[in-house]
Amino acid sequence: MSAKIGVITFPGTLDDVDAARAVRRAGAEAVSLWHADHDLKGVDAVVVPGGFSYGDYLRCGAIASFAPVMTEVVQAAGKGMPVLGICNGFQILCEAGLLPGALTRNSGLHFVCRDQWLKVDNTTSAWTTRYDAGAELLVPLKSGEGAYMASPEVLDELEGEGRVLFRYVEDNPNGSLRDIAGITDARGRVAGLMPHPEHAIDPLTGPTDDGLGMFLSALDALVAA
Amino acid sequence: MTDNSADVTASGSGVQAVTDGPTVETGTGAQLPAEERAALDTVLRASSSPDDEQPYRELGLKDDEYARIKEILGRRPTDAELAMYSVMWSEHCSYKSSKVHLKYFGETTTDEMRAKMLAGIGENAGVIDIGDGWAVTFKLESHNHPSYVEPYQGAATGVGGIVRDIMAMGARPVAVADPLRFGPADAPDTKRVLPGVVAGVGGYGNCLGLPNIGGEVVFDESYAGNPLVNAMCVGVLKSEDLHLAHASGTGNKIVLFGARTGLDGIGGVSVLASETFDDSAESGTGRKKLPSVQVGDPFTEKVLIECCLELYHSGLVVGIQDLGGAGLSCATSELASAGDGGMRVDLDRVPLRATGMTPAEILSSESQERMCAVVRPSDVDDFMAVCERWDVTATVIGEVTDGENLEIYWRDELVVDVPPRTVAHQGPVYERPVQRPAEQDLISADNPNTLSRPSTPDELRAEVLRMAASPNLCSREWVTAQYDRYVRGNTVLAQPSDGGVLRIDEETGRGIAVATDCNARYTRLDPYAGAQLALAEAYRNVAVTGATPAAVTNCLNFGSPEDPGVMWQFQQAVRGLADGCAELGIPVTGGNVSFYNQTGEQPILPTPVVGVLGTIDDVTRRIPTGIGGEEGETLLLLGETREEFGGSEWARVAHDHLGGTPPQVDLAAEKLLAEVLLAGSRDGMVSAAHDLSEGGLAQALVETALIGECGARVVLPEGADPFVWLFSESAGRALVAVPRSEELRFTEMCAARGLPCAKVGVADAGSSSVDIQDVAEIPLAELREAWEGTLPALFG
Repeated sequence: MSAKIGVITFPGTLDDVDAARAVRRAGAEAVSLWHADHDLKGVDAVVVPGGFSYGDYLRCGAIASFAPVMTEVVQAAGKGMPVLGICNGFQILCEAGLLPGALTRNSGLHFVCRDQWLKVDNTTSAWTTRYDAGAELLVPLKSGEGAYMASPEVLDELEGEGRVLFRYVEDNPNGSLRDIAGITDARGRVAGLMPHPEHAIDPLTGPTDDGLGMFLSALDALVAA
Repeated sequence: MTDNSADVTASGSGVQAVTDGPTVETGTGAQLPAEERAALDTVLRASSSPDDEQPYRELGLKDDEYARIKEILGRRPTDAELAMYSVMWSEHCSYKSSKVHLKYFGETTTDEMRAKMLAGIGENAGVIDIGDGWAVTFKLESHNHPSYVEPYQGAATGVGGIVRDIMAMGARPVAVADPLRFGPADAPDTKRVLPGVVAGVGGYGNCLGLPNIGGEVVFDESYAGNPLVNAMCVGVLKSEDLHLAHASGTGNKIVLFGARTGLDGIGGVSVLASETFDDSAESGTGRKKLPSVQVGDPFTEKVLIECCLELYHSGLVVGIQDLGGAGLSCATSELASAGDGGMRVDLDRVPLRATGMTPAEILSSESQERMCAVVRPSDVDDFMAVCERWDVTATVIGEVTDGENLEIYWRDELVVDVPPRTVAHQGPVYERPVQRPAEQDLISADNPNTLSRPSTPDELRAEVLRMAASPNLCSREWVTAQYDRYVRGNTVLAQPSDGGVLRIDEETGRGIAVATDCNARYTRLDPYAGAQLALAEAYRNVAVTGATPAAVTNCLNFGSPEDPGVMWQFQQAVRGLADGCAELGIPVTGGNVSFYNQTGEQPILPTPVVGVLGTIDDVTRRIPTGIGGEEGETLLLLGETREEFGGSEWARVAHDHLGGTPPQVDLAAEKLLAEVLLAGSRDGMVSAAHDLSEGGLAQALVETALIGECGARVVLPEGADPFVWLFSESAGRALVAVPRSEELRFTEMCAARGLPCAKVGVADAGSSSVDIQDVAEIPLAELREAWEGTLPALFG
């Protein structure tokens, strides 16, 4: 029986079809989850995809973090379920308190859509075991509020515990502190990043298939569990 | 005439209105205070006060148009009727100046061209069959004037409007593209308009989850006081799901759903699209108007898209119409005209977001993100349940009747009672005077071949770099990086490729390609040939991706139709485009006309933007733009190079010159080129292709090398004049890269089919420069700095 990975749709979610496609491409079953349901439908892991949930009103991810389905996600994450937040999903996980820090407006003040080089820092989280340390990946980045911000203490803690998953290389596209593109929680089960691995699963439609490794890593973690 | 202007005060900056009048709520039967009832202009009252003066001129109606309305109704119109007629009979909605010319598209479309058209001109958007049960709908539309007044919202709501047009065909919108034109890149006002427009296109389109896969950015002095913001949307549907706007079946309900109706955009259509925008503040019905540019909310639109698609899939919609220009006036009259009965609407039921709105204002409001559906009574509950799931406000506002008229009630009083077709389709038709301007001969005689040219290797080297860095040829990355091109995961090619390619079916790999083009300088020199060159370029841009061109849409941007010289340009462009489509054998499925694009008396360059849609059976065989994808490629120039500099980018950049005649049009050659590219793609003989257009071969070489991150060695044919070969803009040409193993097979095919094919060099992966023999060796880094540096330096 293949693993089941849930993909949440909020009003304004855009990249749910992409996330579901990536899940299937990795060999898992994609299960759609609806924002208004207190129901994770028995999935083994959850992806919170990108977009503009609730129109990004109030603050990116702020309203979505209070959606009924997120109560379930927070509870399941507490029990160790792998959770991945991409772009708006990363913002939602930060707002929900599953990950530290916040995402603010890009330093250039423009929305940035481009193919971005990332360096892999952590290869032990549930979402990154398929990568080699120091490997460089080319993955699309597309966001207007992607600058990762946290206090120096939090940043030191993240770096000290090896919880930075990816860093931007070549140049920092949005002013993220310490070039951080993605992080994980203390247990290495909840991950969030601004770039879009789900858009890099096939060189036909993305720059590379470098992003597929994140979904394959999660499958490995589920099989091992 | 009395009006109740004392009730509403504009707040100045926003769309809210404050009032001390009665609060308007949904539901009928609300009692009207005596003084308001006295002021309400009902049908009854209009019949009994035939001589009341009405401000029809301020609403943009001519004396004879007003007389015609009275003749239709057999009485004077009510205020609400006057609002409906004035807005629906405006140039923007009625096509009154263009109609007599646009007929020519229909006259030149053959049955063969029509064979794959499921819906054509006159519907919200054209639809063509692309095989396997899939159909594609696409359309271009202008939002020029609002975008000059308020760049961000103007551009944003332009995207929103075209997307709703596509939704009204029953399709899922799958991509957008935006042809944009601005004043000189370094003009101060361009710094205000361009960043706002680009942010508006991105801000709205990105939030809808629609990849932006094409478009244009063009700079020219003539657009300084009148930028062109055109928007294209492509939608996909299963052929059997096609929804046409009609209201049939007595008793069926009319449901308004989406955003609430407010005071924004009232008069937007009649004022902004029909006249220039200098003194509109105090015109109208005598009330102070709110800002005329509508304000968009892409989140509401995104939810509306998903809601509509669920409604379609559940079979709950009989007919559907979007609310765009002219709001409810347009939607109700269009739906009723297309149906087989009458319609009754209760305006009291319309959910409002401002208080104290009059019936005329509710009918004219252009509040965004609204749709109107015709629903069987037995489906209304299910329809409402779907809307509730998406948190979309939906209200039954009326029903289809067995009468003939569109009857609209307000507070139980009949305020509109009109034959709907007279509003929607029987507007005035003008035969505007057409006169070829005398100066046209002078322009033609101004031969560009007398301009001084670079000749030494150093001069040519400098010219290649200067051209690459010029505003119309430099990289569009600054703009396109603000648009999401990845969302939904089906984008196979997007900027900087010549055409966008999108996968439609993940199982089979079936897809489409789109491109939009227009060189308005060519059109200025010769509007007939210029329109054909725009068509040829869009056609070629689709062909170089490996797709087969299949259908055409357009957005015809011109100056004032009251200027006989402009009307001549328009007439010539329409004829050129229609004749060109007939020769290429692909139909025009729809389009849009935007007149009054001028500053004072000075019209813009005539700008008939042409969009071509192509089909590709397997997107994995798409041809990329950059060289270096295969080991050892030969560079071949397909098509004939002539000494053609009329309207060229070189003449502009080097001499600020516009004169002579545009490049020769040879549509048979374009067709042959497209067939060769298709064969090359099918048989895996072509590894890269790039169309030649503005800037000629030099620019194509620079771009194909930079995009492919691969050097090239270029050897021009024996005896070729390097300047002419590098910078001429002869049409019907493409630069292709062919793997060495396929070179003979490919060149033999060209020879057999009679397509000129010249070997101009090789891709050189080991080199980091473009080396043009006997001219210059230019490092890629230097070219990149020139090509990519311009827009960031201007716009930050």
